[in-house]
Amino acid sequence: METLLYLVFGLAALAGGVLVIANRNPVYSALSLVMTMFSISALYVLQQAYFVAAVQIVVYAGAIVVLFLFVIMLLNLGENDNLPAASGARRFLGAVLGVTFAGIVGAVVWNYASTAPPPPAATTDLDHTKHLARTLFQNHLLAFEVVSLVLLAALVGVIVLIRTRPSGLDATEADNV
Amino acid sequence: MSDFAFCLAVSAALFTLGVVGVVVKRNAIVVFMCIELMLNGANLSFVTFARQHGQVDGQIFVFFVMAIAAAEVAIGLAIIVTVFRNRASINVDDVTMLRR
Repeated sequence: METLLYLVFGLAALAGGVLVIANRNPVYSALSLVMTMFSISALYVLQQAYFVAAVQIVVYAGAIVVLFLFVIMLLNLGENDNLPAASGARRFLGAVLGVTFAGIVGAVVWNYASTAPPPPAATTDLDHTKHLARTLFQNHLLAFEVVSLVLLAALVGVIVLIRTRPSGLDATEADNV
Repeated sequence: MSDFAFCLAVSAALFTLGVVGVVVKRNAIVVFMCIELMLNGANLSFVTFARQHGQVDGQIFVFFVMAIAAAEVAIGLAIIVTVFRNRASINVDDVTMLRR
């Protein structure tokens, strides 16, 4: 039963990934990305990473994809934005890269998975999230604080990037405003 | 194939799809989505290995990756909006000023 769920959600994630690339319309690509995110979240649940699964849905499907859709609609890019199809050389390069990459990574996975010991039996993890928080705040506290600084820097950076200068001033004057 | 190997294979395939998408697509926003696919493939590997080793450190790395991904998407989309304002295009082939 569990193996079947792994199979269903894994294939759904891959189908979503293929659709992201195959769709011409960026809105459909974003919606396919949601499908991939939800399937990956289901895979997390199957692997007992419950909190990560919840965060995956909230952050990726909830925030990041909505940001994508927001920008697509802000820039008014729909089907009227017909970029020409990728050139033959580019497709060829993509195919070669894909096959090479899949070969290398597949070989590594196969090599590792065939020798790996079976995973430990499922724990009853009722306080799984508590354990996660304890590890995060005891062993990785510095990284946690640094990540908060990175997010702050990103916030400031986005505001600086997006700001429109008051009209009638040149760049140096506008910086002093 | 064990569930473990299957998850690793899915993560490898997602990463490969992301690489191919970054090379093939020309719409800058879709290129960004493909980068998200790559990050998600890596995250899936982290969680799978965390389960395999019975530790939660891998799941904590996933949090950090998600935070960085959120910051990266915010900045990247801001850059795309700025480029679109200046060039009226989000075709990555049109943004070649630094090449000259």
